[in-house]
Amino acid sequence: MKKTAAMGLAVLAALLAGGLLAPKWLLFLVTMSAANGLVSLGIVLMMRGGVVSFGQGLVFAAGGYAAALVSNKLGVSDALLLAAAGGGAAVLLAAPFAPLLARYRGIFFAMLTLALSMVLYGVLMKSESLGGSDGFNMRRPTLLGFSIPDAWSGYALYALVVTIAVLLSTAARVYFDSARGLVALAIRENELRVEYLGASVRRVMALDFVLAAFLGGVGGALAVMALGHIEPQFSYWTTSGEFVFVSILAGHHSVAAVFAASLVLELVRSFSSAYFPNTWQLALGLFLLIVIRFLPKGLGSLFNRFSRQAAP
Amino acid sequence: MNTALTILADGVAYASWLFIVALGLTLVFGVLKILNVAHGSFYAVGAYAAATFVAWFATWGFAPWLSLIALLLGSVAVAALLAPLTERGLLRVFYGRDEVLLVLVTYALFLVLEDLMKLVWGVNPYFVTAPYGLFGNVQIGGQSYVGYDLALVAVAITCGLGVWWGLNRTRAGKVVLAVIHSAEIAASMGVNVGRVYTFAFMFGIFLAALGGALTAPMISVQPGVSVAVVIVSFAVVIIGGLGSIEGAAIGALIVGMARSLAVHTWPPAELFSIYAAMAVVLIFRPEGLFQRVKARRI
Repeated sequence: MKKTAAMGLAVLAALLAGGLLAPKWLLFLVTMSAANGLVSLGIVLMMRGGVVSFGQGLVFAAGGYAAALVSNKLGVSDALLLAAAGGGAAVLLAAPFAPLLARYRGIFFAMLTLALSMVLYGVLMKSESLGGSDGFNMRRPTLLGFSIPDAWSGYALYALVVTIAVLLSTAARVYFDSARGLVALAIRENELRVEYLGASVRRVMALDFVLAAFLGGVGGALAVMALGHIEPQFSYWTTSGEFVFVSILAGHHSVAAVFAASLVLELVRSFSSAYFPNTWQLALGLFLLIVIRFLPKGLGSLFNRFSRQAAP
Repeated sequence: MNTALTILADGVAYASWLFIVALGLTLVFGVLKILNVAHGSFYAVGAYAAATFVAWFATWGFAPWLSLIALLLGSVAVAALLAPLTERGLLRVFYGRDEVLLVLVTYALFLVLEDLMKLVWGVNPYFVTAPYGLFGNVQIGGQSYVGYDLALVAVAITCGLGVWWGLNRTRAGKVVLAVIHSAEIAASMGVNVGRVYTFAFMFGIFLAALGGALTAPMISVQPGVSVAVVIVSFAVVIIGGLGSIEGAAIGALIVGMARSLAVHTWPPAELFSIYAAMAVVLIFRPEGLFQRVKARRI
């Protein structure tokens, strides 16, 4: 655990220093991919138990709308509070469904979560007070009581998002390696045996769903702060599909790989929309196919392969 | 009373095309064990192909009723050209991998097809109005119904019965059932499983394209028609139980009725009602209405 914390701090320091040198477009890309990466980290958390949610758009949108509404209606502008509000709102929304969803596996879990996110999408599209399909804008947040000057807005948000992402993923690593976190891996192998050994599979699955919701909510809140705008698209199934892609690309072994994969997706997306403006979906789709074909266990398996080669 | 009848008629008409599309989806899942996200794209390609064929028929000066043949030809063309290419060229590489991973593969295929359609047919809407007026209106018990809707119901029933008969009463169908049960044992008995996969996929795609072609006269065919269909037909097959024909029929009726009830009584709930129906069914029947419970692995 100490080693994990030290690693986390080192990575954070490197990212904060590196951000000072990076150009603006790269800062924004990293900010977005770290925020989105948190949502995918939630899916990875569930993937360790053998289920994949195709509806993380639900908690992503819940977190985003909560942060934007708290900022606009209640006048709270502190970025940390808004991120916490996003995470809290997502947990409140997801928690009632957790015991229900904990009964489902495989394709049914994926489809039921997808249905939930599409229900939210349907509701958001029709709610005029929330801007309907256009969504609405959000003011720039403040940080720890200071308003952020224009010149530093990109870096300040980058620093905030990166810090939260590193803290949460360090916490996730600690949880993965804890006894409770390891039960999930056992469930993935054979859940009936885990039940015979006396652990409650459903409780683990329900808890993991709620934790994933928190990560997704925080990710949504951070994303809406970076974009300054929110719309029902946050909850659409294609958005959820991208999160799933990132987690499959990362694999369930490495936490750092999730953010690497998220960055790769953002890079591919922005470069293909710059160079093939009319066919960027096509480029993205081909990229997905190639990755699934040639990296069956995800980017994380590459990391592990290298470290295993180095070890002996 | 009249409102109730209208709701019923709308619901059945919507359920009919939904059943045609969902039947293809459930068939592909039953045989290939792939939940095909790109099913909606094939539906859209079918609609575009229908628009193209109807336009060709019109320029060649064929009689208006022949536009129905054009609709059919469009879907046959999609199934004959695109389906084998997809199955042999792409899906075959990924057989045996995790179910959820295969969903992701078809999601990628969906993205690719989405842009390919824009490249081929552009982004402007197409209108195929010719077939819609052919059947006129039909008076039954003082209520007027759109003839095209009734024809749609007939096509849906024909498709359902045809698939049921084909699977249960013909030799080829029994071979397909054997593959559905266990591809490995079927192969060891001398069944060419690869060929069964290809034909099943072609037939599933044909149904998707047919659904698209039959809907084309009722909507404007433009980018984005595929996206909504995917999710609604997923709801149908999940309600009915994946891989079940009866289930797809009941699921389509449930979703059709839920939607038409919402549209006529409280329009904002249109999208919501479909998924609410799905969630309610799944709470009581976790595997869907017609799914056999699988033995648990120890």
